[in-house]
Amino acid sequence: MYHKEKSIQIKNSASALYNNLSVLRIAPRRLTHFTVVHANMVNMVSASWDGLNYTHRQLQSKEPNVATSTSLIMQAAFCVLPSRDLLVVTSQKGIQMYESDGSIMVYWHALDTPETPTAQAVFARGIAAVYENYICVGVSSGAILVFDVPSKGSNITLSEVLEEHKESITDMASECSGSQECIANLVTADDGGNLCVWKSGEEFQLLNKIPGFDMSCSSVKLWKGTAVAGYGTGQIRLYEAVTGILHAEINAHARWIYSVDIAPFSGLLLSAAEDSLVRVWHMTITPETNSVEVAHLHNECVTDTQICGARFCDGDGYAFAVTGYDLSEIIRYIQS
Amino acid sequence: MSMRTLPLVFINLAGEMLYILDQRLRAHNTSEDNSEKVMNDIVGTMFSKAFMDELLKPQQLYSHRTMKTVLTRLAHASIMRLNPASMDRLYELMVMAFKYQVFLCLRPKDLLLISYNHMDTIREFVKDTPMAVNQVDETHRKIIEAYSSLSEGELQLLRQTLLTFFQDMHVRVSLFLKDQIQNPNGRFALTTSGPVPHGTDVPGLIRIFDCRGREVRRREFPSGGSYTSSIREGSFELHGNRVIRLGMNMYTVDHPEETHTSRAPSVKVITYGSPNPLAKEELNLLARLMGSMKAENKPKDESGFRINLFNTDKEEAEAWVFFFSILIPCCYININFLIKDEQAASELARIAGQFEEEEEEEKPEKPSNNKGEELLAMMDDL
Repeated sequence: MYHKEKSIQIKNSASALYNNLSVLRIAPRRLTHFTVVHANMVNMVSASWDGLNYTHRQLQSKEPNVATSTSLIMQAAFCVLPSRDLLVVTSQKGIQMYESDGSIMVYWHALDTPETPTAQAVFARGIAAVYENYICVGVSSGAILVFDVPSKGSNITLSEVLEEHKESITDMASECSGSQECIANLVTADDGGNLCVWKSGEEFQLLNKIPGFDMSCSSVKLWKGTAVAGYGTGQIRLYEAVTGILHAEINAHARWIYSVDIAPFSGLLLSAAEDSLVRVWHMTITPETNSVEVAHLHNECVTDTQICGARFCDGDGYAFAVTGYDLSEIIRYIQS
Repeated sequence: MSMRTLPLVFINLAGEMLYILDQRLRAHNTSEDNSEKVMNDIVGTMFSKAFMDELLKPQQLYSHRTMKTVLTRLAHASIMRLNPASMDRLYELMVMAFKYQVFLCLRPKDLLLISYNHMDTIREFVKDTPMAVNQVDETHRKIIEAYSSLSEGELQLLRQTLLTFFQDMHVRVSLFLKDQIQNPNGRFALTTSGPVPHGTDVPGLIRIFDCRGREVRRREFPSGGSYTSSIREGSFELHGNRVIRLGMNMYTVDHPEETHTSRAPSVKVITYGSPNPLAKEELNLLARLMGSMKAENKPKDESGFRINLFNTDKEEAEAWVFFFSILIPCCYININFLIKDEQAASELARIAGQFEEEEEEEKPEKPSNNKGEELLAMMDDL
């Protein structure tokens, strides 16, 4: 169904972090940006579609104009809003937002770090762009920071702090870029496996809480009102977000899942884990009849590699890319 | 990242160090007395209350440079002396063993079982010295207290912090290559078979439910591997069967070549964090850790013995150059920093000076000294 394509070499190896690959497709310029986190820096590669040009860039996590040490980065993700695209980088020290090509930092938000280190780690993790002009970022305390993003410029402000989760945020996802009416448009996940479902607005509204089973949910996506969550036990669960009804449960992987992704136009689902396997599934969701169907389509094994990032490169799922711990390349697969 | 990595890092790395030393001591027929003394001295220092309390404070995981310095000081708490090149090789071996264990453990909670395996074996090494056994037990209790309440998610964060620490290290270890747990390119073998972790189901099943929670359909899919159900869970108590084998002693007396390491061509040793302020905090940590170790561990009547673990003919380095030899060639920034920051440089020189003095004192000047000769004869062929 898929075959391996030429890999993209990156300057450093990928770190063992959840969701350690972000992809932004820029059709007008016929290129795709990829970001992979290595310790305290983000490796960015821009690949032209004809496969001839690759430009590399490295971003470090630090306060602007301050020469203090960099901190370890937890996640880097592209945020696509109606008016603009940004690259958000979260670390132990704070949150940075760049223009999507990584050229300029437009915003810095410092986290409250205690004077003497406490046993509880401090970091930001979990990034999502939410309709219409919000970027949400999770924090290790369980809080979710909601930033209001103007259509251009750097006048980004912290609009709200959502305090519902009690454990560290792991991942979050949104849907509905305004093309259809959605009841819920954001789902957030934490280390206890708990999912919170929200509706965005001047004040975000909590619609539902889906309890976890003390097992971390490391990656989550939202599609057609269904939250698709990957867990440390290797299970994937599909919940109807607003009601919390469990529609499907897959014993998908033999180790901790690090990444799930959805191709929204085709309903393809991608899952990747520490067991070195990437799996492709197909979901059929009919909200009107409340029916959900999941079929397994394809497996890829990245030999001897604990996978840490997997993303579709386009909305149809024609191609996907994978990163692995200690691996200095982005492996690509396209449909045969 | 995690602020609780240090105690586990030290217990596991020092544990590996003791396994290797034990194997070397036995392989060269070292007297029981000397072997026991080496073990007791190191374990006594390692598991001292002051040292452990210092490690248990929440703090960042520091660089390889600091780790190696403290582990060297730990080794020198005994009557044994390691030259810098030996220490380099020993460190690589320790770290690769621990990397293997962290990489391959089935789930993050197994990190604790790996640590307990190390502590169980250490307890065995010093079983004839009640005071040392007490120290190990006391430390074990503190570790249980500190880590038992962590969730799987927090333990995975700890594991991810450790994996960042080990990143890009692909030193080939002959024992691992022989057992095929490591490939010739230095990467560990990860099979798609074997038992699944405790709490995980064997992959291969899709279940669909209706609105009332009843299962309406189930379907199987090919897992691409041959997994079996999880085995029973190991014990997290002070004593008990840990079940998993990671963290147990891999070295036997019969295979001296097992401690052979070689570098894959493109391998590099890591430092992370920019040199300037991190080094200062590291020096503070170093000072605190060393201060909490017993200051007086110089041999009384017996002369110390020098141990060469690996062939070091080409690699004789001056005692305090070892600080700079830890820094990778491409990290010229670090070297420049050390020269520019005089306070840091003099502090390092003072610490290095301690080593220099000890190394020089222990140089065997009298070849007729029996002990010195016997123990000097522990040359390992590469």
